[in-house]
Amino acid sequence: MSTESMAWPSTTAESRPFIDQLHEWATTVDHKRLGILYIVYALVFLVIGGIEATVIRIQLIRPHNNFVSPQVFNRMFTMHGTTMIFFVVMPVLFGFANYLIPLMIGARDMAFPRLNAFSFWMTAFGGLLLYFSLVGANGLYGAGNAPDVGWFAYAPLTSQTFSLGHSTDFWTLALLVSGFGSIGTAINIVATILCLRCPGMTLAKMPLFAWLNLVMAGLVILAVSPLTAAQIMLLLDRYLGAHFFDTQAGGSAVIWMHFFWIFGHPEVYVLVLPAFAFASEIIPVFSRKPIFGYPVMVGATVAIGFISMSVWAHHMFTVGMGATVNTFFVISTMAIAVPTGIKIFNWLATMWGGKIEFKTPMLFCIAFLFQFLVAGLTGVMMSAAPFDWQLGNSYFVVAHFHYVIVGGILFTLFAAFYYWFPKMSGKMYSERLGKLHFWLFLIGFHLTFDFMHIPGLLGMPRRIYTYEPGRGWDTWNLIVTVGVFFQAAGILVFLGNLIWSYYRGETAGDDPWDAWTLEWSTNSPPPAYNFASIPEVKSRRPLWDLKHTDDPDWKYE
Amino acid sequence: MNAISTTMPPPELQWKLPARGRVGMYALIAAEAAIFTIFVVAYLFYIGKSLSGPRPRDVLSPPIFYTVCLLSSSLTMHLAGMRLRGGKVPSFGAWLLLTITLGSVFLYGTASEWHRLIYEDGLTITTNLFGTTYYSLVGLHGFHVVMGLLGLTTVMLFTILGAVRQEHGERIEVLSLYWHFVDAVWVMVFTVVYVIGR
Repeated sequence: MSTESMAWPSTTAESRPFIDQLHEWATTVDHKRLGILYIVYALVFLVIGGIEATVIRIQLIRPHNNFVSPQVFNRMFTMHGTTMIFFVVMPVLFGFANYLIPLMIGARDMAFPRLNAFSFWMTAFGGLLLYFSLVGANGLYGAGNAPDVGWFAYAPLTSQTFSLGHSTDFWTLALLVSGFGSIGTAINIVATILCLRCPGMTLAKMPLFAWLNLVMAGLVILAVSPLTAAQIMLLLDRYLGAHFFDTQAGGSAVIWMHFFWIFGHPEVYVLVLPAFAFASEIIPVFSRKPIFGYPVMVGATVAIGFISMSVWAHHMFTVGMGATVNTFFVISTMAIAVPTGIKIFNWLATMWGGKIEFKTPMLFCIAFLFQFLVAGLTGVMMSAAPFDWQLGNSYFVVAHFHYVIVGGILFTLFAAFYYWFPKMSGKMYSERLGKLHFWLFLIGFHLTFDFMHIPGLLGMPRRIYTYEPGRGWDTWNLIVTVGVFFQAAGILVFLGNLIWSYYRGETAGDDPWDAWTLEWSTNSPPPAYNFASIPEVKSRRPLWDLKHTDDPDWKYE
Repeated sequence: MNAISTTMPPPELQWKLPARGRVGMYALIAAEAAIFTIFVVAYLFYIGKSLSGPRPRDVLSPPIFYTVCLLSSSLTMHLAGMRLRGGKVPSFGAWLLLTITLGSVFLYGTASEWHRLIYEDGLTITTNLFGTTYYSLVGLHGFHVVMGLLGLTTVMLFTILGAVRQEHGERIEVLSLYWHFVDAVWVMVFTVVYVIGR
């Protein structure tokens, strides 16, 4: 049975004038175009945030270095953190969610297409606002430039007294605005998944991708809103003279920490659940086996969603919250490792006995499994409050969360890019360049972030501008910085591969991976209406049923 | 031709999913509730921590009348929705107008309270922690009342222009969900500010 019968022959004319095409992209409400806009926007900021990381590492390559001034260094780490979390990882994940969820659940668009466009442009505006601070933040005081208060912007650094000019205002407004965009997209994702599934696709038959993004969207709704509230309070403090975080008037700096991390820790799971979603789609396809333990995967995801709302204060053990509070957050933090561990075992069990194809997406997913395990283990180490007292705010922490975000999230993101590039562009990427990217980035990642743990254990604090020689940190910092150049080379190969393949790649076909979810049943790239006729499904692997009518999945589910 | 449907047993006869407007509104309400929770927590945390006066006990009195107005506007909104579902558009318009009036009276109540606090008691957002948390929490709620009233007034204008018909009942229900939420939040704010906070 041909899978192409569900799609329509592609009839797009590419010869329209540039200004018309630009107008179409700027006014589009199509989920696929908005998805690509999100992704391209995030890639631009990935390069910017990567350059900032490189500046930080060059400054720390040897003791007493003077590559940049201390002021610029502070701005670099603030902008790097803010950019990477809010304007790279979140938009790129929303981009994939936007592009893929309607295709995977057999819908023609998101539930609210115009809200979708609004959310994207809010996010885009937020990013521009953050970077406009480079020229606009001097204000009347003539002080300040880019924000330099750190990505979690602890009080009282953000008060008018200590942050002259408008740099902090740009930071808080950028996050407020992009937060509105994130909440809008999250509402859209929830409504799309709950209300637009094609006939037959019950919740228990959805692709895991949709499940994980549903929980992610729920977390965005419950976690980004507190950040919005905290940013409103900060704006009231800075503009109207309120005293929320003003200790001089009896306000509390610690309550900002609570409010920020009530957002900040679920945010980690907002970022990592879509990464799990990529892995849960890619690993089965390249192992040629259905996902192991689907109901347990769903249950573990929901469990992570709930537990992640109650772990935030493990960021604050060093504040001195008292034994009872500390114990609660130690236990809840350790508890969240359990559902996460279940997921790792399920992915391994999916691969076990499978006919594994080591294509680029699968390579990235396998590296993700190992690296995410290590990241989780250092996380469990630091969940013990006494251990955290020793290593809080050290480079060990920096190494830990980069292991999560780069080793876990970015690796699966690369896997997702390679896996769905043929669907989005209609072209096949270069497997040679893909593998080169993988090995360059793998080597760079491990040089940088494996060895970053050690100066942390030796007492090197995060966010220091420079350090004295002879503390045993010198060699480690050199190795860490050398790794950055491997990663940068990997990113360049990656971007080159995308651009080259888009123009010169071989035609990919509708279903290059012999995959099982609905997005592979339509054209590559899909037409504006996605499906010529709305599909009906009977199992979790509708395309398997279609290809194997003699032995369909729905007989066993 | 749909290839999948022809290769499989016939699907269930009924395939019904929740309405997207309703789900979207519930999701928005969840997000708004999270925002209010943070402001309420800040309010509770700062009770009694002000370094200077005036204290809530000295200047606040529970706005019982305006609270009754706002809460009964939920009832009138519900009645308006029922009239529209029954196809009685003029009656719907009358109940909607009453809802808007009650909401506006509530807003007037907040405004007069703020005027008294600012000009007679000298309490502003910069005065002390009480002022900071009071104006931000009550102000946030007032902002939501304004947004709700803008939505209701838009529907009122459409009703006057004759554009609202029975089949718009579902959309009006979605708007009315938001209005009920705004009222429910007031119960929370009232309890925190005028009962616990005093």
